[in-house]
Formats: sequence, structure tokens, C-alpha cells
Amino acid sequence: MRKIVIVGAGVIGCGVARELSRYRADIVVLERENDISCGTSKANSGIVHAGFDAHTGSNKAKFNVAGNAMFDALAKELDFPFRRNGAFVLCFDDSQTDRLRALYDQGIGNGVTELRILDGDEARRMSPNLSDRVVAALYAPTSGIVSPYEMTVAYAENAARNGVRFRRNCEVTAIRAREGGWNVTAGGEEFFADVVINCAGVYADTVHRMASDEPLQVVARKGEYVLLDKECGGLTDQTLFQLPTHMGKGILIAPTTHGNILVGPTATDVEDKRDVDTTPEGLRTVIDKARLSVPQLPTRSIITQFSGLRAHCDRNDFVIGWAREGFYDVAGIESPGLTASPAIATHVAQDVARKLDLQTDDAFVAERRAIPCFARLDDRARAELIASDPAYGQIVCRCETVTEGEIVESIRRPVGAVDLDGVKRRTRAGMGRCQSGFCTARILQILARELGTDVADVTKKGGDSRIVFGRLDK
Amino acid sequence: MKRNLVIIGAGPAGLAAAVAAYDAGERDLLLLEREPIGGGILNQCIHNGFGLHTFREELTGPEYAARYLQQVRERNIEIMSDTTVLRIGKDKVVACVNRDGMHHIQAKAIILACGCRERPRGAINIAGARCAGVFSAGTAQKLMNTEGYMPGKRVVILGSGDIGLIMARRMTFEGAKVEAVVELMPYSSGLNRNIVQCLQDFDIPLLFSHTIVQINGEDRVRSVVIAQVDEQRNPIMETARTIECDTVLLSVGLLPENELAKTGGVTLSPVTGGAIVDDTMMTDQDGVFACGNVLHVHDLVDFVSQESAHAGACAAKYIRDRASSDAYVDVRASGGVRYVVPQRIATRGDDVEISLKMRVANVFRNVRIVARLDGQEIVAKRKQVVTPGEMETLTLKPSVVAQVRAGRTLEVTLEEQSV
Repeated sequence: MRKIVIVGAGVIGCGVARELSRYRADIVVLERENDISCGTSKANSGIVHAGFDAHTGSNKAKFNVAGNAMFDALAKELDFPFRRNGAFVLCFDDSQTDRLRALYDQGIGNGVTELRILDGDEARRMSPNLSDRVVAALYAPTSGIVSPYEMTVAYAENAARNGVRFRRNCEVTAIRAREGGWNVTAGGEEFFADVVINCAGVYADTVHRMASDEPLQVVARKGEYVLLDKECGGLTDQTLFQLPTHMGKGILIAPTTHGNILVGPTATDVEDKRDVDTTPEGLRTVIDKARLSVPQLPTRSIITQFSGLRAHCDRNDFVIGWAREGFYDVAGIESPGLTASPAIATHVAQDVARKLDLQTDDAFVAERRAIPCFARLDDRARAELIASDPAYGQIVCRCETVTEGEIVESIRRPVGAVDLDGVKRRTRAGMGRCQSGFCTARILQILARELGTDVADVTKKGGDSRIVFGRLDK
Repeated sequence: MKRNLVIIGAGPAGLAAAVAAYDAGERDLLLLEREPIGGGILNQCIHNGFGLHTFREELTGPEYAARYLQQVRERNIEIMSDTTVLRIGKDKVVACVNRDGMHHIQAKAIILACGCRERPRGAINIAGARCAGVFSAGTAQKLMNTEGYMPGKRVVILGSGDIGLIMARRMTFEGAKVEAVVELMPYSSGLNRNIVQCLQDFDIPLLFSHTIVQINGEDRVRSVVIAQVDEQRNPIMETARTIECDTVLLSVGLLPENELAKTGGVTLSPVTGGAIVDDTMMTDQDGVFACGNVLHVHDLVDFVSQESAHAGACAAKYIRDRASSDAYVDVRASGGVRYVVPQRIATRGDDVEISLKMRVANVFRNVRIVARLDGQEIVAKRKQVVTPGEMETLTLKPSVVAQVRAGRTLEVTLEEQSV
């Protein structure tokens, strides 16, 4: 069987793995972090963009519009949270309405449907908390929101179900050409590959240079966010973008698929690709700029801040294609990368399948079901679930109403959770307003029990991120 | 399932309410508790200092809880444990869940006794790394005292709330080095006795008007940057300095846990975060009562027990008489008093003592706490010092209660004491 190594288990790596699992091949995904979806895919805006932002003819425009159209079917097939909530691009200055019009024209050129330009009052009727200063808005009904890490996990679980192997804590340190393929050194092991697919996010340039002399530079561009409590979920139903002003690129306000409100991001290039610190300036910028859209932004309802890194490529577009024989780059996948990911995954899988002359696998199963979400069920369905497994009657995270059953399931699944953050991304336990104050001890116990280890060895996110320093009596 | 009285939470508030309701004649009552055993947060408070008012002796948290659990057992009051309430609904149907399934309990009266939760990091916007080693003080306390694990070795504590102070001492006992307790305000929100017994006795520095501006680390906390703050509480960056540590504890305030109250349509006070109640501890939803830390955050469990016993007795009476007031005297806080509970007093009711619980907004010296009924002083109390960290009580004697019930507005305020 032909061997394929995919480097990176973000939404791109997992998506490509899933699409390639339609074919008969030996596929392994290598991830440097302790879990999948730990880079850009875990900390971004979670927006399924309509597709008016990118220049017509660019990869970004092409894959954005194609990806957007795939979400309804894909979210159903892989059972991850997605909703078309619509988006506004807000214009605050009469002299800028021609730029709004230009965005509209670009959208039409890119093939975006249903775009409309509204005046301020029309926009406010649809989204009553909008500022009086909004004079016009571009309205894009096809814009949506998605839970990016749940989408990534869904891709990975389905890929694993169809035979893809995932290796975590397995950083690629060398790629050497050999006859008929590549030797990939990762986590102290050698992996042979007919084809290597580079989906390494902000590290895609490093991985690229292991195999290619062509210049490629990926800059980590930090974006800081704040997240508001669900009690503010009614602030806006649509995603609110801002037309860039003299103050620079705008800040978005968007509902999340779980009913919180997300505000951000800033954009600062950082040297250190591990630097996801939040900053006082970033926080101030986010809030100040967001108030332009919604003046009464309830900052006392902030429950957490975080930041993520975008993989910005010096070529200013997605880099998708063969860098050389047997080495495929999927690099510079910054916004609208999440939106584009289904289209990119399909495109890459087809390219690679064609190259390796892969046969489709008749045993491929396209459907994947999510972990039952107790909080979203009605009481009758809850009762049935508990009857099937009493652990679904034990609430562990009270803020998000997450049960022991869900947490256990998140650990036991293929490519399951191995740390606190992994449980959080898969079940939302610890993601609510108390930010895991109450449930940390319980989740530690469950993780230790399920992983057959000691509480003292359970980590937040792998490495040296252990929660406690051993037992008191030692 | 039907019950006359459903009490949500079997911590100190729920236990005291249950005992008092029973003793007032109510036999058809049920306590719902999400943990495996009753006692609530007291079970992790293994230090002493509890019960001086209630039992006239110094008990640990678990001992204090055990006294009440014993009283509950003696009365054969049922506790349904490992059970989480999901909502109460305006019809007083309590929906709850446990490993046996979903349960819907129709109640005649409900007492909310669900306690409070700690403010998390996000609520106070500390910049920096999102690494392991940042705990709320209560989480660290649970990890140590209930689970038996050591959450850190070199510790900086932000906020001087009581749990933070207690944890400074607790971690020191277990060999940790507490580098500093950093308090944003120029005064502590904790009890003075805790500052003396938990910090001063162990030479742990307490830095007023300071805050943590940055948490550093990748996987685990490596250090924090602290700085002094100005009068607007903005950090003065010239004063910034780094403290090496592996752990940050947050003791930056408690918030009444009122998600359930909201599902029942209960109106909350923006000041306390708890329900607006009358002198029987009844919220604005008929037959729904609230007491303890879910109502407003207390500093002594003894006062939680007192308040909750009152709520339990009143709930029993409500079930028996089916009578509740529809007109109220407004209780208003002003002039340095941040809030008063109860926020209103029923115009019809018994001539029983009413205790007004309050917190002040700042440190004041040589003041009188005064209650004025429609402008006329009816009761006052002298205090050498009042602080936001210590709850104050003003008692309305039965002899003035009838007069109060006939009034319109009861204003509680601070006055400078004339020398």
C-alpha cells in the first residue's frame, strides 16, 4: 500500500487525512503537540466566511467560496456545530460607502450569492444593538459560524475510523529524500512516505525547508480575543465585521455556536511561534474597537481571553501544491482558511490520489456522530441516554452542564482526549463562566482513571503542564 | 414526584434551612445535593474558626457541617445526593438529574441554597500565558484538602479574600513558599483575623494597591509581573517587578450562583448578584426563597446558618398558611452602605426581630450605622471601624417592626460620629 505522511493535525491536516481515507492507502498524521487542534485551529474566530474578502482569482477567493458551500452537508455528515447566521460589514463613514460597494462587487466577482447593501437603519432593524454611527452595511446571509476545534476533532475521528493513524507528541525533525519517497524523522522514529503533505500551520515553512530549497516564509500573526458569558448571547445574532478604518483593520463581534459572544482579533506579528500570551494592549484594542460596532459591549461579562496565531505566508495567498516530487505544501492557510478547509482537503486529496493512482476504499464510512451533548437534549432524550449509561446522569461541569458520560466518551474515542484542554475542546467541560473552578478536580480524576495514570501525571496540555505536584503525603 | 419543600443545596445554608423547616412543623421536605455528601464547601475548609457564634466553640469546617448533618439525620430528612438541579421553572417544578435518570419534583415552596462560585481569571483580565498553575483559591483548596494533592510550590496569591488568606497558610504548612499576597485595593476584602493568623504569623507579605499585570510561562507558570496601582487602579509600570513562582492563586471575589434562580424568573440585585428578598427571605417569585451565599456572600458560616434557619422557618410557615405579602416597605442602602439584605419588608407580617445584613463600600472610621424610616431615625449602632470585608448587622427589635411595616421607605446609611 502507498504510504502517506501528513504533517500537522489542525483542521487542514485532519481534513486532508479524512478525505484521503476515502482511498486505499497507509496514512499517518504526525502532530508535535499533545493533542490535535492545538494551533491555529483551536484559537480563531470560528467564522465560515461568505467569500467577498479575497481578491478575485486568488486561491483564497476560490477555496473560500467553494468551502463555504460545502459546510451544510459536511456539518451534517460529521455532526459538528455549524450555523448560517449571516454577517454584516459595517461602514461608519459616508465617505467610505464606495469601499463597501467595492467589497460587494468583489464578492459578486468571487461568486458569493445573496449579498446586499443596507443603509444604517435597515441594518439596525436586523441587529438592534448596532451603533447609531453605522451608516451602511454589506449583508452576507451565507456567512456562518462553526466550532473550529470540534470540526477538527470530527475530521480526525472520522479519519481514524477509516484507518488513518494519528501520532501525537511526534514532532517532525528531519525529512530526507530516498529512492521512491521520503524518510521522515519524528518523535525519534522513522516513517517512510511515498508522499509527504505539509499541513504544519505556522511551522509549515520549517517543514517545507526540510524538503525544498524554494523560499517560503510563514509569519505567525497573533490575534487576541475576549469571550463573553452566554448571558450576553443576545448581543448580536449576526457576525459583525468592520470596514477597515483609518484606525486599521477592524474587530469582529460574533456569536459562537454555543451561544457565547466572541470579540476580536487583533493582528500583531510575533517572532516566537509559541507566543500565545494575551496582552493588556491587545485586550484594550479589542474592546475599544468593538465598541464602534456595539457601544454597550458588556465588558463585565468577559469570562476569558485567549489568543491564536495565524499562519501568514509572504506570498499573500494560500500555497497549495507540489513543492517538489512527492512533497505537497498546504501552507499559509490563514483566514479564510477554516472556511476553505473542506475545499482544500478535497482538492489536496484528489491531487495526491491522482499522483499515487490510489483506488477508492469501498469500506469508507462518511458519517461520524458527535459525543451526545447532554445540555442540548430535551429531558426525554436525556432520560434515554442515562438509561443506556448512568454516567450521563452525573453532571461534572455545572456551568456548561457536561456529564461524566460525555467526558469518558471524549477520552475513549479514537484520537481521544489525553489532557484537560482536550476534554474541554471535545465536551466544553471547563469552558463556562467559572472557567473550570469547580470541575478541574473531577476531570483530573476521570482522566487519570481512564488513562490508567495518576492524577499527578495528568496535564493541562501535555509537556510540563501538570496540574499538581504529586501527593501531599510524599 | 411531589414535595412540599425542596431545598436546593445541602451545604451550610440548605442544612440549616432544612432543620429549621422541620422544627417549624414541615415534614415533607427534600434536600438536593450535587456532591456525594452534604456539607458543601465546608468539607474542604479543614481549618478551624467555624461555629464561634452558633456552637460557642471553635470547629473545623467538616466538624461544623457534621453537627448539622447529624441534626438532619436525627430528623430523618432526606438528602438526594449526587443530584444536580437543572432548572426550577416558574411553576416550581424542579428538574434534576442523577445516575438514576431525570426527575421532576413539583414543590409548594423552594429554598435556593446553592452557594456561590469564585470569580475566574477572565473576569479580572490578567494578561499573559494560558499555562497550567493558575487556580482559583477554592480549586487549590479542593485539590489539597479533598484530593490530597499539592497544587504548587512557589506561590503568588492575587486578592486577599478569605479563601486566599487561608490557602496562603495552608500551602505554607505543606512546605510551599508563598511569595506574596497581592491586593488591588488599599484594604483587604478578607477578615482581619485571617490577615493576622494566616499572613502575619508566617511573615507572608501583603501588598496593598498592587496587582499582577502579567503571567509568564509556557507549560507551567514560571513567574508573574506585579506592579503598584494608582488611585484609578491602573498599574504604574515603573513599579513593575518580576516574582519567580510556579503557581498563581486567585482570590478575587465570590459571586452568588444564581443560574437556577434565573430559570425560575427570580429578580436579582445587580449589587449583590443574589435575589431580591423580603424579610421572610422570599424572592419576588411566590414561594421561592433564598438564603446563604446564593443570596449574598457572607464571611462567617454562622451567619449563613442563622439566615438560612430563618428562611427555613418562613418557608414552612408559607406552606402552612399559604399567605404572602403583596405590599412592601423599600429598604434602601445609601451613604457608604453598598447593600442591605433584605431589600424589602412585607407590610403584613409578625412582630419578630428582623436583622438587616449589609456591606459597606469602603473603610470608614468612627461611624454610626443608622436606619431611618421615612426620614426618621429608628435604630442606630456605633462602630469604630467598618470595612468591606466584614458584614455588618443592624437589628430591628420586635417593638419597632410593626412601625416599620407601616412605613414606606427604610433607609440604611452611615453617618460620621460626632465626637
